[in-house]
Amino acid sequence: MSAVFEQIFQVGFLAAIIRIATPLAFATLGEMFSERAGVLNLGIEGIMLLSAMAGFTAASLSGSLWLGVLVAVLVGALMGALHALFTVALGLSQHVCGIGVTLFSSGLAYFLYRLIFGQQSVPPSIDGFKTVPIPLLSDIPILGPAVFSQFTLVYMAIIAVPLAAFVLYRTPWGLSVRMVGENPRAADSAGVSVIATRFQAVILGGALMGLAGAFLTMAQFNAFTFGVVSGRGWVAIALVVFGRWDPWRSAGAALLFAFVDALQLRMQASGLGHIPYEAFLMLPFIFTIVAMAFMSRSAVAPSALLKPFRREER
Amino acid sequence: MFRLEARTSTPAWFNLALPLVAIAATLILCSGLIAIAGAGVIEAYGVMLSASLGDSYAITETLVRAAPMIFTGLAVAIAFRAKFWNIGAEGQLLAGAVASCFVGAIPMPGYLAMLLMALVGAAAGALVALVPATLRVKFKVDDVVSSLLLNSVIYYALMALIEGPWKDTFSGYPISPPIEDSANFPVLVEGTRLHLGVVVALIAAPLCWFLIARTTLGFRIRVTGENPEAARYGGINVQRVLLSTALLSGALAGLAGVGEVGGVHFQVMSDISPGYGYSGIVVAMLARLNPLGVVPAAIFLAAVMTGAEAMSRATGVPAFLSDVIQGTALLAMLVALLFTAYRIRRVGAQT
Repeated sequence: MSAVFEQIFQVGFLAAIIRIATPLAFATLGEMFSERAGVLNLGIEGIMLLSAMAGFTAASLSGSLWLGVLVAVLVGALMGALHALFTVALGLSQHVCGIGVTLFSSGLAYFLYRLIFGQQSVPPSIDGFKTVPIPLLSDIPILGPAVFSQFTLVYMAIIAVPLAAFVLYRTPWGLSVRMVGENPRAADSAGVSVIATRFQAVILGGALMGLAGAFLTMAQFNAFTFGVVSGRGWVAIALVVFGRWDPWRSAGAALLFAFVDALQLRMQASGLGHIPYEAFLMLPFIFTIVAMAFMSRSAVAPSALLKPFRREER
Repeated sequence: MFRLEARTSTPAWFNLALPLVAIAATLILCSGLIAIAGAGVIEAYGVMLSASLGDSYAITETLVRAAPMIFTGLAVAIAFRAKFWNIGAEGQLLAGAVASCFVGAIPMPGYLAMLLMALVGAAAGALVALVPATLRVKFKVDDVVSSLLLNSVIYYALMALIEGPWKDTFSGYPISPPIEDSANFPVLVEGTRLHLGVVVALIAAPLCWFLIARTTLGFRIRVTGENPEAARYGGINVQRVLLSTALLSGALAGLAGVGEVGGVHFQVMSDISPGYGYSGIVVAMLARLNPLGVVPAAIFLAAVMTGAEAMSRATGVPAFLSDVIQGTALLAMLVALLFTAYRIRRVGAQT
């Protein structure tokens, strides 16, 4: 048994967890900002896919990976704005719009990818990001190679978590976001523009989802495939709930999921698993559904989630 | 100056006009993509139309594709009528497909097998839908997220089956063993794929309409959706109505899976549904949640899907245009629905 443990818990395993967690952390933080402002964004799955595709295309055509990241972020923000236009400005039902945004963005991603790259037997790939070891820190045993010899985007994700917590809990804008998500009427009376704040939060959320997509096609896989997101957006929806709409807990949930995912990958590779790997992949969803049943009494979800705001309606 | 004004009632012709306006807007918006792809817009849509509805064979192919979306569209329409936000038709479809495949592989007389496949498939879908409904009724859990997340659970369960115990040991492909030949749904028109399940889907729509419009349960479903407080006040057990709605909705989505197994694929694979559950949401919204409207709405989406492949071959425009059309149609319809709740009124300069 100890041999099995050694095989599983190596530096490479820790590094794998961090890498799997990175896009999830971006996506989860993005969804969290949106939901804290009272807007459920089920467009996340499609937004990640379209940004992943747009970023990959920009990087592949220009040769600049960072330009690719920028394009992915802009596309994510743009799709966030689209979702906000429908749900915040027009007050349309958030879940149906979200599904609409996902269907539209994934369709557009497939369409444009096929149009630009044609049908190739081997999907075109790019020279993705290289790991950038941080001097000194990367010399720490185990933690160094696992955490501090990663892609720059990974470091950005690590910084994004405390930054998101700071913005949400310690800045006036974060207070506005929480207010419009909890009690838009009161926020409005206090002079906070509900519409503008929600727009900003959903757009910021979309930009973070774009970063998640960028990581997938420019650091993790270095290619775009139609299954490149494969449910990670839905995972993020689950993680936000599981992480109780809090940046730290959500990031923790992303790490936990990444651990389970990395574990199932290892078990598959080592041929140890008599347990089907799908059982592991199901876990975050089952946990979240069960957790929702327990959490519902404590009412941690933003109160105004799913509720459109119209100033003239009292 | 214009402003939005709340409407108290909507004219009846809106039911027909709104989806048509939404579809027209969708086709106009998406013609931009055809132009970007360097093809003629009229030509591309023309090929699409003739390849999906132009001759009798094409029509049968479109109907075969429409059948699962009629079922998922009905499932979503009925659920949304009660404001049970079932985003889980995809998972319920898969559950129905898996369950019916189990039954269909057992040797028994054909008619019995088909009947059991339908019953077991519907039951499986209903059970899956019961989960988010129960969680909502008992624990006040948001049904949007729980029903959505269940899709992934069911998908991975299906994958575990076809990559595990069901895996084709001969070829090694992750597909289930085929159902018995005798359990294959009979083909109604020689030389086509038009199977019995398509007719069942076409009959299910008016039945669902009757249920919603003319029965007590339908009345309860409508009142629960429109005004749960009034429903409660009127002595309706709202929780029970929600659970019944979920069972009905899930069963319908399950039948979509049964039809795909019994009439189209005869086995289960990972891509047995190209998102028919989500398409059901588009169909239901285009139909304005009216079961009778579900049929033309599903046929429209099916025609776009079958037509897109031919259009792609003829003009080189990627067939994924059909996915874009689907998403755009849903968003356009949502915007169009604004006109049922509000009207644009010109107001004087005194504001």
